[in-house]
Amino acid sequence: MPINVTSPGILTTIQDLGRPGYYHLGIPMGGAMDRLALIAANLLVGNPEGAAGLEAVFMGPDLEFTEDATVAVTGAHLPPLLNGVEQPCWTAFDVRSGDRLGFDFLKSGARAYIAVSGGIVTPLALGSRSTYAIGALGGYEGRALAPGDTLPIGKTKASGRAGLSVPRALRRAPGPAGELRVLPGLYWNRITETSQRAFFEDTWKVANEADRMGYRFQGGRTMEFVERQQPFGAGSDPSNITDACYPYGSVQVPSGTEPIILHRDAVSGGGYFMIGTVISADMDLIGQLQPNMETRFVEVDMEAALGARADRHAILGSLREALT
Amino acid sequence: MTCRYTFGGDEHLFVEVDEAMSLEAFFVSLAITNILRDAKVEGVTEVCPANASFQIKFDPDRIHPTRLLGMVKEIEADASRTDSRLDTRIIEIPVYYQDPWTHGTLMRFRERHQDPGSTDIEFASRINGFEGVDDFVAAHSGAPWFVSMVGFVSGLPFLYQMVDRARQIEVPKYLRPRTDTPKLTVGYGGCFSCIYSVRGAGGYQMFGITPMPIYDPEQQVSYLKDFMVFFRPGDIVKWSPMDREAYDQTLEAVTNGQFEPRVRRVTFDLDEFNADIDRTNARLMEVLYAD
Repeated sequence: MPINVTSPGILTTIQDLGRPGYYHLGIPMGGAMDRLALIAANLLVGNPEGAAGLEAVFMGPDLEFTEDATVAVTGAHLPPLLNGVEQPCWTAFDVRSGDRLGFDFLKSGARAYIAVSGGIVTPLALGSRSTYAIGALGGYEGRALAPGDTLPIGKTKASGRAGLSVPRALRRAPGPAGELRVLPGLYWNRITETSQRAFFEDTWKVANEADRMGYRFQGGRTMEFVERQQPFGAGSDPSNITDACYPYGSVQVPSGTEPIILHRDAVSGGGYFMIGTVISADMDLIGQLQPNMETRFVEVDMEAALGARADRHAILGSLREALT
Repeated sequence: MTCRYTFGGDEHLFVEVDEAMSLEAFFVSLAITNILRDAKVEGVTEVCPANASFQIKFDPDRIHPTRLLGMVKEIEADASRTDSRLDTRIIEIPVYYQDPWTHGTLMRFRERHQDPGSTDIEFASRINGFEGVDDFVAAHSGAPWFVSMVGFVSGLPFLYQMVDRARQIEVPKYLRPRTDTPKLTVGYGGCFSCIYSVRGAGGYQMFGITPMPIYDPEQQVSYLKDFMVFFRPGDIVKWSPMDREAYDQTLEAVTNGQFEPRVRRVTFDLDEFNADIDRTNARLMEVLYAD
């Protein structure tokens, strides 16, 4: 028995933990921008960590349930309203057939994750249910949800989880300073030392162009390039390179003005130089940045990046311990 | 040619074979990535070849970045000793140059173009020194092309023409990218041709359109039933100009499931190519059109 979508909010898509393995053909891994939040939501309702849930941006959907289920909302602070009554975030609660789930206004963060016991079981595409809208792949008919869609829900044996909650210390969110750790590299040496310092010194702001493909930032100083004869095939702008692969999290700066961090639905390659890459541990945080939020980039080396990765694994381990 | 190694965060090793595009750099990238993929290195999760570079995605919990770096450097040394031959496919791609759909789109975005007074293909012809568009089309569709990268978005091929550098066509990208490009547009930017696999934003000059789908997530198209993406790096492509009537007929055949692209197996030898480009290309055409 499915969930009926009365209203999709602004942009709500089905996401799981993605489809690795096709980036060399231009099909990105995709999946939840905030992986830890989706995993937490799934664990709360007794699902496997990688079950498909909903990723709602800035505003929640209106959903009508046609069977009993357990639900959890994590990630952004987007308070769920069950038949109009507010329910806590990061906490499992029961819904009955005929109940309506809506949402209050966004309090903080950018993306909320809604897990339903049994998971959403739309057809798999290349091994994943994640919506890759650019390629019309996965999710609900390859697109974001629309009014009238019906979401099939899988079978589950889990019950009695209502009230289970993620401990506050494990609810990871960007701090007020919005710091993102970056490992310099790739084409870092294309810009002058002054510009290298400026990138880390300046305070940047999230631009309006901030989506699953990438986040654009504004407000820092324009970068100066080290002079060179542009190589054959690269293009004439000093920010051009011979089209190459783009790492997930890589920071490209077209014309040296506005950095763009590529995210889960990244374009797999192109002709803009990149100055470094946001470390894997901080990718989740990007998805919770709102437009106009201040952001600082913090320089780290590989050792620090691996240390941060271990810290994130520790949070994941604690989540599993607390919720299973 | 010595590779430059750099890490893309804690999950990617990025390797630049050369700053400039060349068939030699592409072949090195292809050779190393093929060896790496076949080696099935524990912890390496994706191997992505590009035009003159490549990228390895890895799981640092399973292989330490420094260890991976050492392994790839060893493979680089081995790859330089591999032979210059490549067993691949040669494919004919029909193109309706100066079609009404890309023309309509390019007219909508004229203010983003270097030369609002002419069309993309007129501009490209002129700055590359051709007498007219017909000569330009003859050059673009004359010598074949290597698929040197598949990416950007779903299944989009970048193609590099198999001619010496003096004959390479070069064009700038749009001053500001368009927000729209028709699906299956044959585009051009820098020294690369491409086919837009899906509708969407784009900055390449638009020359025409092919009726032949190259990406089908539904997997309904007859020749995309096994896999939704048509191209692989290393494929060789020959553009074949067509008119409106042939375009409409082909489109109908695609819809009816009766269209099969002309694809032949071929062995390409880079040394043979460098010794005599035109003769090698003529031999490739013989293989493609043998029957």
